[in-house]
Amino acid sequence: MTNSTTTAVLDRDGLSALVQALAAQGRTVVGPTVRDGAVVLAEIASADDLPFGWGTEVEAGRYRLVPRDDGAVFAHTAGPQSWKTYLHPQRERLWSAERAADGHLSVTEDGSEQPSYAFLGVRPCDLRAIAIQDRVLAGGRYPDRGYRERRTGAFLIAAECTEPGATCFCVSMGGGPAADSGFDLALTEVLDRAGHRFLVRTGSEAGEEVLSGLPRHPADAHTRNAARTAVDAARDRMGRAMPPVDLRALMGESLEADRWDDVAARCLTCGNCTMVCPTCFCTTTEEVTDLTGDHAERWQHWDSCFDVDFSHLHGGPVRASARSRYRQWLTHKLSTWYEQFGSSGCVGCGRCVTWCPVGIDITEEAAALHDELTDRLRREKQKETER
Amino acid sequence: MTVPTLAVFKLASCDGCQLTLLDCEDELLTLAGKVRIAHFLEASSAVTPGPYDLALVEGSVTTPADAERVREIRAQSRHLVTIGACATAGGIQALRNFADVEEFTRAVYARPDYIDTLATSTPVSDHVDVDFELRGCPIDRTQLLEVITAYLAGRKPDIPDHSVCFACKRRGTVCVTVAHGTPCLGPVTHAGCGAICPAYGRGCYGCFGPSGSPNLRALIPLLHRDGMDDRAVERLLRTFNAAAFDKVGKEVRS
Repeated sequence: MTNSTTTAVLDRDGLSALVQALAAQGRTVVGPTVRDGAVVLAEIASADDLPFGWGTEVEAGRYRLVPRDDGAVFAHTAGPQSWKTYLHPQRERLWSAERAADGHLSVTEDGSEQPSYAFLGVRPCDLRAIAIQDRVLAGGRYPDRGYRERRTGAFLIAAECTEPGATCFCVSMGGGPAADSGFDLALTEVLDRAGHRFLVRTGSEAGEEVLSGLPRHPADAHTRNAARTAVDAARDRMGRAMPPVDLRALMGESLEADRWDDVAARCLTCGNCTMVCPTCFCTTTEEVTDLTGDHAERWQHWDSCFDVDFSHLHGGPVRASARSRYRQWLTHKLSTWYEQFGSSGCVGCGRCVTWCPVGIDITEEAAALHDELTDRLRREKQKETER
Repeated sequence: MTVPTLAVFKLASCDGCQLTLLDCEDELLTLAGKVRIAHFLEASSAVTPGPYDLALVEGSVTTPADAERVREIRAQSRHLVTIGACATAGGIQALRNFADVEEFTRAVYARPDYIDTLATSTPVSDHVDVDFELRGCPIDRTQLLEVITAYLAGRKPDIPDHSVCFACKRRGTVCVTVAHGTPCLGPVTHAGCGAICPAYGRGCYGCFGPSGSPNLRALIPLLHRDGMDDRAVERLLRTFNAAAFDKVGKEVRS
């Protein structure tokens, strides 16, 4: 939190005014909304589209929408999408080429104007995920131009977490239910006898400007305390925890673990975990030609290390077995990501646990690998002593 | 440069896959300018003799005559592509592979002795070399155009081998198994349809056959959990790609 932070309280009308103000700036406002039995992310026309009165019950491989009597709007856990749906879309044209009648070839880079987004209800885990994708896609020597433009222009409204789910484990990944930075505005939902309201904090000049135009109340001590209490309580209510060990070292020591066979027997290699992961960024490119052969396009689209073709080189895939593909995903996410991008690739949002049809649990797999390693080291030590 | 010739052939099938070619209405005129349609009985009775540059073969081999004919087709075709679940996996009619075909003919036909059929329905690749297999019941229009376009450009068609789940997640469909408890073959089924059924809240019924790495053993307990008994699971797996899923099942069991 910076010293220049402004704090206020918005009521439901204030939230509606916020959506209208962002739309009036020409922004595409994206937020949580109910569709097909889940809270999904979609363009919203007004605050009425938000999931008022809906909560979620999740477990490994299971997600259910449940009505809530209190009318809460940010009491749901991570749905099947993340903000990468908008910042790093599943399919994007990179360039197109035309061959003229005289054989002359012209190539045009895709320079279409990127939408100006406002994301409403970004969870703290997802703020961290966006920061990770920033390093991956907008940093380095070869930044993704489209991503960078969409990201630079995006207005982020965080929603602090007061209702963690059974598959949440952000605290054990070094995060937490509170939003500290990386947002333009941060909301904390408060529901008590004094009414349904949102403590709002500014995190940027753009946030200050938007807030100054909204109908708002001063931030009273009662609302501040209620917000702080709710977020603090959420910290202690995480449904899961990653084992408190050095995951980098664990993965490095576990490359030949038996546990990979165990998880491979259960893994469908369907790719759902990577698709729902807010940091998984892998893409492939496809060249599309038309029947005339005079027009070609290159498209980038999401790919996954669970796709056999992902590691296809001459002669066949490098990672043909499910064991090798699951291992690739987990070791990259929790270990080699550090070497590449300076942090873990996991923020503990729990999506891969919830949305895996067979409910493979990343925290359970890490714990099992840790147990196997501990056991192995113990036996090795014993052998040494016996000698 | 001579224009390549295109031929479309049919074995035991419903004609739906070759109809997909006629269904490419926006592209048909362009296509007709790029290939010479030399043999396509569903579209025209005008037939030019082979050899053909590109042959699309629909249907499975269910009679001794089919088996002979598919060898002739192969001999006449430089590049042979099978289209659809029948030609690629034996189709619905491969249900006979698990039953007594004599019993079927006795039950259905007044004069079963007129029927000359094989005990099995088999994919074209069981009989001749195939250059590419396009999945689906029926095939997807866009994928068919991709196969033809790739052939004309002299490149490999971009037809992914992964599961239907990829397509659901890309198009933003909420998982019907995780969120609704609906039995779905998506995690073991080859993508290509665009994940149509889950987009309408239904489970995938596997009409594109097994994906590149299906794990049936892991999926079947979910089908049971979501209300299917053994017989229902068997029916689900033995529909459009009966023989293909059966083969995967046997590999799992062995």
